[in-house]
Amino acid sequence: MELIKKYPKLFQWLFLLIVFFALCFAIDVPETYKFIRGQAEFVKDPNQSSFVFLGKEVRYYAFDVFWRLPPLLGWLPIWINDSLFFLMNEWMPIEFWNEDTQEFRTRPLVLQISRNLTAFMTFLIELIREILLGGLETIVAFTSWDWIDKNPWAELPGLPWTIVAAGSAILAYKLSGKGLALFAGLVMVYISIFGQWKPSMQTLSFILVAAPLSFIFGLGLGIAAFKSKRVEKALYPILLVMQTMPQYAVLVPALVLFGVGDHAAVIITMVVAVPPMILLTILGLRAIPPEVIEAGRMSGCNNWQLMFKVLIPTARRDILIGVNQVIMVCFSMAVISAFIGAKGLGFNLLLALNQLNIGLALEAGLCISLIAILLDKMSLAWANKQTDYFGNLTFYQRNKNILFFVATVIIGILLAYVGTFLFKGSYNYLFEVPHNKGISTADFWNKGVDWIFDTFFVYIKAFNTWLIQDVLQPMRALYLRMPAVATLVLVVGAGYLIGGIRSALVVCGLTLFIALSPWWDRALVTAYMATFGVIVSCLIGFTVGTLCFQNKHSASFMLGVCDIFQTFPSFVYLIPVMMLFGITDTSVLIAVIVYATIPATRYTIEGLRSVPVGLHDAATMSGVNKFQRLTKIEFPLAFPHMMLGLNQTIVFALFMVIIGAFIGTEDLGQYILKALSDKKGAGIGFTLGICVAFIGLIFDNLIRTWVEKRKKHLGIN
Amino acid sequence: MSEPVIKCEAVYKIFGENAKKMLQDSNGNVDAKTFQENGCIVGVNNASFEVSKGEMLVVMGLSGSGKSTLLRCISRLTDATGGKIFIEGQDLLQLNNKELIELRRNKMGMVFQSFALLPHKTVVENIAFPLQIKGIKTEDSISKAMDMVKLVGLDGRENYFPRELSGGQQQRVGIARSLAVEPDIWFLDEPFSALDPLIRKEMQDEFLRLQDKLQKTIMFITHDFDEALKLADRIAIMKDGIIEQLDTPANIVLNPATEYVRKFTEEVPREKVLLIEDVMEPSTTDNLGDLKVSKDEIIENVAEKILTQEKSVAVIDNNNKIVGSINPTKIINTVFGGRKNNN
Repeated sequence: MELIKKYPKLFQWLFLLIVFFALCFAIDVPETYKFIRGQAEFVKDPNQSSFVFLGKEVRYYAFDVFWRLPPLLGWLPIWINDSLFFLMNEWMPIEFWNEDTQEFRTRPLVLQISRNLTAFMTFLIELIREILLGGLETIVAFTSWDWIDKNPWAELPGLPWTIVAAGSAILAYKLSGKGLALFAGLVMVYISIFGQWKPSMQTLSFILVAAPLSFIFGLGLGIAAFKSKRVEKALYPILLVMQTMPQYAVLVPALVLFGVGDHAAVIITMVVAVPPMILLTILGLRAIPPEVIEAGRMSGCNNWQLMFKVLIPTARRDILIGVNQVIMVCFSMAVISAFIGAKGLGFNLLLALNQLNIGLALEAGLCISLIAILLDKMSLAWANKQTDYFGNLTFYQRNKNILFFVATVIIGILLAYVGTFLFKGSYNYLFEVPHNKGISTADFWNKGVDWIFDTFFVYIKAFNTWLIQDVLQPMRALYLRMPAVATLVLVVGAGYLIGGIRSALVVCGLTLFIALSPWWDRALVTAYMATFGVIVSCLIGFTVGTLCFQNKHSASFMLGVCDIFQTFPSFVYLIPVMMLFGITDTSVLIAVIVYATIPATRYTIEGLRSVPVGLHDAATMSGVNKFQRLTKIEFPLAFPHMMLGLNQTIVFALFMVIIGAFIGTEDLGQYILKALSDKKGAGIGFTLGICVAFIGLIFDNLIRTWVEKRKKHLGIN
Repeated sequence: MSEPVIKCEAVYKIFGENAKKMLQDSNGNVDAKTFQENGCIVGVNNASFEVSKGEMLVVMGLSGSGKSTLLRCISRLTDATGGKIFIEGQDLLQLNNKELIELRRNKMGMVFQSFALLPHKTVVENIAFPLQIKGIKTEDSISKAMDMVKLVGLDGRENYFPRELSGGQQQRVGIARSLAVEPDIWFLDEPFSALDPLIRKEMQDEFLRLQDKLQKTIMFITHDFDEALKLADRIAIMKDGIIEQLDTPANIVLNPATEYVRKFTEEVPREKVLLIEDVMEPSTTDNLGDLKVSKDEIIENVAEKILTQEKSVAVIDNNNKIVGSINPTKIINTVFGGRKNNN
């Protein structure tokens, strides 16, 4: 009894676990239950029961409700689908003037809006693409095809690669200095020499459209949310869900609304990239000291002046960090949106992976990663750059960089012109190195992969078999063995113990949504893969982080490594694992582990670093040794931050598990991927995405609530 | 006397959701405790006072006493919950947004505790900021700002960024910025509290020099009683949103109105604060010595001379006219007497 009084929390948890296991053992597996494969496809099966909801027939297996809840939400995807189609094809028909046919046509409003958006996006992308690569479309957009036929000279020539390379080096020099300029130049030269120029520029043009648009929308919405509590309240749940929503899932509804192509990819990228921008804008504006705002007001600023002359410049750094985030999301999406037909490196990467041509995939992946790192470093340099005062400088000093750029443009054009004579009859290498004429290392890599397979096949296979048979399969079976009610009790109980009734209700709602959807089994499989990944990632991440923290240099080095790894578009992680482990669950899990270890490591180091120096000194003066300091001082204080790392690890792991569907898994991700090629997949894809987002949000809610309580308890900000 | 520049009538500021209703129900009888039980926090409680042209009113109080809130009500950075505030006869709370902006652009300047400089602008750009907001041409505003830079003694650093300046220098920029539009009313919210003691003293002297030259109407907020004594024409001492006493420094030291005020005055070296005028007898006797002291002298400076006298000493005004007398024992009582009694 005294023990219970001493550790009430511990006993509450124990009690919860006992109830959970009791339920697990008490509820038998129904005889009719087998791991259901076909449920989501709604095939007719004599064992199925059915009900009609909102005019939709929903079929389900009538199990013992304690074992699996009936899929009462089965109508939701169909309903979403029908609503979307109704919106697109029937709702609000309005007459629109059609330029081509010179007559009025009746079209539903949403369809018209979507077509106009499409045209606008396509125009923007083509414009930038043709500045970089040359082409006709932009001029056509202003004139007509007939006009082009009559004026064969009218064509955007495109910039020679030399100019783009030198231009990016100059920009990098202006933002940061010689080091970054050199890196920028080398990256561009590398891309050109290895024949990846065209797809790289296609990807770049995609990003140059998507990133600024996302920035503008994110900033605008962030400002609106900052100014109005109501807007913020309305945006908050969307932002939360979007943070944990797998990027695949957003693709599917976009397919219905905007079709296939670069424009749809840009719009989808915006949907994914705007939320972090909004969050960082709000964060930055909130961090402005109130006195600065008051100073602005007392200087007689009206609202407009206050926002654009005081608030935004003061929050400049946070907002530019937002730009950095936007760019990173754009790169990630540049690959994923290849699924809906975005051109560029992502498309090549996907194609190569589909053909199992690891060498080609590696080349494309390397290129996209290099560009991502370059843009990441550049935008960070921009964010950290302090404004300098130029008042006393001469015209030359002030415009040095622009002058240099003009000079390179002229030299580049001259070089390209000379090139037309040098490489007469063949390709002008000073203008653009074509895709198949660059140096290719694909064969080398492919041979390498073959060699690895030939040499280590036995070991890899043995490892693979062991992992799948002795670890993964049993774990999966255990997860699937959990009765729905027991899981619900466990999750809700944890919510109650951590955050009280409010948390319990939130978590209960999220879990019920998944449990009542037709994909509970799939969600369990997703959860099992993510759990496995998270456990291993955390073990590695916490250990590596703690070890690196012991030395200042190694800690900084490790954080740098994390930065670079985080810059890689998530899809790129699949390349090396496929190279080593082929198409198995092991590949996916290894990618998950590598990807999810990044936040675990980073947050460990950051958490340990945030322990105040004064405490270190106090501990040292109390005579602790290094180990005692770590266990008694640093770990307890860093633990809340490390738990935030765990939160991120879960989100990362879920993302990668879903992306891993590309290799072939049996979880929710697989169904999202299937929905992509299904004409009526929009509703299914979207609902599945929400399911995954909710899995993430359950943990997010629990961990955040705990961390906040703990931080309050420890008195950390 | 002409119309007061700032006039407050029963100003209340209460934070909380149904603050307005609770204030109405209370009929002006605001009790912080009952309000707090109902989820409201009383910031300013029934503040009434006037500040006349060229006068410096120092509002003194510890943190949480509502002094900054009071200042923000008068500058309308927050809206008062109840009461009336007049700026040069204009009802501040009735102004619409546009009129308020006009008022701030032309009549008001404010200095902040944390300096509140714009990090992306240089010294001279920061100072020119209110001018540019007003719509004055860049050239004119910069040249005007340069005058201000000279006024606060920052010449040569006009192209520095705030991050490159020390705290004292940053506050000089803050002061210059608040003066750039040549306001009539000058608000200072604990301007020197974030500075080191030595710099603070230097800035106080500098501030007195400026005020001597500019003769603004000032509301100065501080938590430092010594600073209040040194600078103020009148001091308002606040506690829990209530103005406990509003009087000249001498009167506060000599006649503290409440126990709370008395605690502040206990440790004050009176001979450094009080003037002869404050302690003299207005009546004159014929039995005066040869020594004459000016009524505006600080006691400390003349105490030694007076104490060597046996008879009372004549007190004269600027025109050499005798306006009163002071007995040496009075000096002794003032310097030592009061404090003993209190212990």
